[in-house]
Amino acid sequence: MKLAFRIARRELRAGIAGLWIVVACLALGVTAIAAVGSLRASVAEGLARDGTRILGGDIAIQGGAQELPDRLRAWLRARHATFSDVVTMRSMLVAPSGSRLLVELKAVDDAWPLIGAARFTPPAARQGLAVDPAVLDRLQVAPGAPMRVGNATITLAGTLLDEPDKIASPSLFGPRVMLPLARLQSTGLLQPGAIAEHAMRVLAPPGTDPNRLLADLRAQFADQGWHMRQARDAAPGVGRFIDRMALFMTLVGLTSLLVGGIGVANGVRAWLAARARTIAVLRCLGGSARLVFAVVLIQVTGLALLGVLIGVALGGTLPLAASGLLRDLLPVPPVDGLYPIALAQAAAFGLLTAASFALWPLGRAMRIPGAALFRDPLMPVHTRMAWGLLAVNALLVAMLVALIVFTADDRRFAAWFCGGAIATLLLFRAGAWGLMRLAHLFARVARHRRQRAWLRLGLSNLYRPGAATPLMLVSVGLGLSTLAAVALIQGNVRHQVADQMPANAPSFFFIDVQNTELAQFRAIVESFAGVSDFKDVPNLRARVVSVKGVPADQVHTTPDTAWALRGDRGLTYAASPPDGTRVVAGHWWPADYDGPPLASFDAALAKGWGVGVGDVIGVNVLGRTLDLKIANLRDVAWRSMGINFTLIASPGLLSKAPHTHIATLRAPTAIQAPLLRAVTDALPNVSAIRVADVLEVVGGMLDQIAAALAATGSLTLLSGALVLAGAVAAGQRARIREAVILKTLGASRQQVRAAWLVEFGLLGAVAGAIAACVGTLSSWGVVHFVMRADFVFLPATLAAVILGCVGLMVALGYAGTAAALRAKVAPLLRNE
Amino acid sequence: MRDLHLTVPAASGPVKILRGIDIDIAAGAVVGLIGPSGSGKTSLLMVMAGLEAATSGQIMIGGQSLAGLDEDALARIRLANVGIVFQAFHLIASMTALENVAIPLELAGDASAQSKAEAALREVGLGHRLDHLPGQLSGGEQQRVALARAFAPRPRLLLADEPTGNLDQATGDAVMALLFDLRARSGATLLLITHDAALAARCDRTIRMADGRIVA
Repeated sequence: MKLAFRIARRELRAGIAGLWIVVACLALGVTAIAAVGSLRASVAEGLARDGTRILGGDIAIQGGAQELPDRLRAWLRARHATFSDVVTMRSMLVAPSGSRLLVELKAVDDAWPLIGAARFTPPAARQGLAVDPAVLDRLQVAPGAPMRVGNATITLAGTLLDEPDKIASPSLFGPRVMLPLARLQSTGLLQPGAIAEHAMRVLAPPGTDPNRLLADLRAQFADQGWHMRQARDAAPGVGRFIDRMALFMTLVGLTSLLVGGIGVANGVRAWLAARARTIAVLRCLGGSARLVFAVVLIQVTGLALLGVLIGVALGGTLPLAASGLLRDLLPVPPVDGLYPIALAQAAAFGLLTAASFALWPLGRAMRIPGAALFRDPLMPVHTRMAWGLLAVNALLVAMLVALIVFTADDRRFAAWFCGGAIATLLLFRAGAWGLMRLAHLFARVARHRRQRAWLRLGLSNLYRPGAATPLMLVSVGLGLSTLAAVALIQGNVRHQVADQMPANAPSFFFIDVQNTELAQFRAIVESFAGVSDFKDVPNLRARVVSVKGVPADQVHTTPDTAWALRGDRGLTYAASPPDGTRVVAGHWWPADYDGPPLASFDAALAKGWGVGVGDVIGVNVLGRTLDLKIANLRDVAWRSMGINFTLIASPGLLSKAPHTHIATLRAPTAIQAPLLRAVTDALPNVSAIRVADVLEVVGGMLDQIAAALAATGSLTLLSGALVLAGAVAAGQRARIREAVILKTLGASRQQVRAAWLVEFGLLGAVAGAIAACVGTLSSWGVVHFVMRADFVFLPATLAAVILGCVGLMVALGYAGTAAALRAKVAPLLRNE
Repeated sequence: MRDLHLTVPAASGPVKILRGIDIDIAAGAVVGLIGPSGSGKTSLLMVMAGLEAATSGQIMIGGQSLAGLDEDALARIRLANVGIVFQAFHLIASMTALENVAIPLELAGDASAQSKAEAALREVGLGHRLDHLPGQLSGGEQQRVALARAFAPRPRLLLADEPTGNLDQATGDAVMALLFDLRARSGATLLLITHDAALAARCDRTIRMADGRIVA
């Protein structure tokens, strides 16, 4: 072994020449994964460190639309716990000018905040109506202005600059407005059935265990259906969002690493070809196959380690360098630092990728006898890999797949990714085989029809022994497919939100319309010419407390359906199926049904929860628990932008409970402002949500997500370009030799150039066509199965990406070989 | 060739390789070019083939001057007039014997390239090796393919640079016999670079070079 190290070191003194690509490819891929992993860990650390602050206490209790009872406060006081009541809801804020704005209203008691400090300007604004600074601009108001909130007119006291318990995320339903809880009653917004969230934050007495207090709370108030959380689960939505984003970005980073893996294989192959004579000399001098293998293994391992170390160093420090920028973009400030687990994981990905891709060409060096290596440049030698090495290689690939799958939150998706990546590589290899066969056939036809020499030469370049066709196609295939998929996913996201608002989507959602106000509301709306598609449905707030008798917090669901078990859900009742309802299981109840409550349930949720027709879902409505027996399952078209409910109950008991209505309508832009003014002036407790405004905010959020994905995806392009450059460089010597001989035989530069254009053009076309299919298929999978959205094929987006990349590929390949054309003939002819 | 000079730059300063070469070679002549290593024989062949540009002087092939012609124009002249055989064969490794021989014919737009190439290979005794790659042929066979490639387009001038230098005596003798035979049948002018005095003696005329000059 010492001898192997000594020889390896001596050989590397001559430089790493072709192996630079191994270092570069690994460094790039590992950088991406290490950076994403570190960022994810730093946000998780931020969530853990600031969990209590974000939660607003040791424990948060969400009571939904129902006010939390005094006996809870008494129970907490008896245990010397400190608590604070907070109510959040949507409301219209009306300026003296009549301008109005949908806002997220937060009413807090004097104890708020239990942790941290809020900042107001002036500080006394804490005692009055305080608004997000953006409100001043949008409503053109200043402190001192009399503002209307619901039925009350309250003087604007100042601005709210910082809330310690707020997640930094764009406000979907308008900017924050805060007022003392004592003033909320005067607004008249808290009508029965109004969409509001009553919450309480609790601090355990010093020296006591918050977990114990939470356990006692749960035991004492088990039947209330409240959602209780503690600090480690302060922002589950943020955690899930970061995890999902990190998964996407890690997989895109892994693609970049896998593309780099192909670069590793190419680099090692080219390097061994250049070292063939040295290896042959070693063999001839008595060096064993094992010694040769040990030497090249030591050399490649050393350089792979260098690449991985560079990647870990860059990936670990990049989030630190970008910390200032990320702080403003992320919902939770990341905690700067080095995260060894994330870095070790990235290093493991890098080393396993390097080993998986390098072992095959390395094994070849061991199997080929010295004499064959001497002949290799003229006659490629095909060797079968030793069974032992083959098994080791398979084991390495399996370990890489296992690492990818078992470190992902969504293992199924990660497994699909691995399968897809392997299938893509095989597909491009098969594509190369097909192209070579076709080129052979066409070259024969071209010869038969006496076509031009450059055409025949270009075609034959594709299939001749040692042709770069498989190398080039596989080299660019995975990267090109990833870029096509990322572009189509981005395009679909934009399309869903911005470009493809359903033609019949409503202009407004009006919420909190009281039963008693419905006739007046209808009259106002109908007085405006141009209003159409007016619909209204009863709305109650309900919380799922049990499913098939299992308490909600113990129900096993799929990750994508768990959301419906958290917090309040809208519940409506209907005698007959709403328009467009598609019942997929069971039957709708008779119009005059008056028996025990039945429910129509969302089929997708039912599948995720494992329930079906006949099962019972327990819901808490206005403090009372109702058992709803599932009578049928429906397909709910969430993206229709219409009013949709997960649960529709049979009328009867529910129709008699206090409730509000939700209404939707379509209105031309010109009458939207006067309509909004007329409704909210006459019915101050009614809030209007303009769909276009919400979509704009969602679009902005998605743009940020898309930008993050595109940034990671661009690394794949860079990896692909590196690999392609390496592949071109590997064939450069043979190309120069061939160009020189052709020129010696009388070929003009134009003929040689044309032949290469035929070769690279066809390679690019086939790579583009396969990448377009793979990209479309994988983006369809992500959009359909992961995002649960309808896939839209975007030919222009796909064509732009594919043509751009293929153009780049042809240009890069051509530029590389153009150097061969400039080579002087005489020196090469003399030296050989 | 008139007062032909070739000087190439080197780290230690310009190196004069050809120093005023004056030669006339008649059409159909067989000329042997001999001289010690480094005397400028191969450089002279390169300049005659238009593969290297003379620093000064004049060179004419079939009445056409090579002076001032660009790379493509020189390639066209080679395609129409010149065949070259190298010591190292210089076959394209990834092309079969047939494809190697057909290439110059195809480049010239010859509609019968394949059949002519096949005939040329049969002429050199390689009719059974048409689809073999160079790596699958012996050295002698590779040089016969190179000969077939050089003669197939019927060049007026054949330049051969030590064509037996990489072959054993018996194979070399066979290749030279073939070269002279093909030359005789085609009537081409032959300039043969060799170290072998016996081979040079078989030529119509022998030119001796030393230190970049014609000495005899």
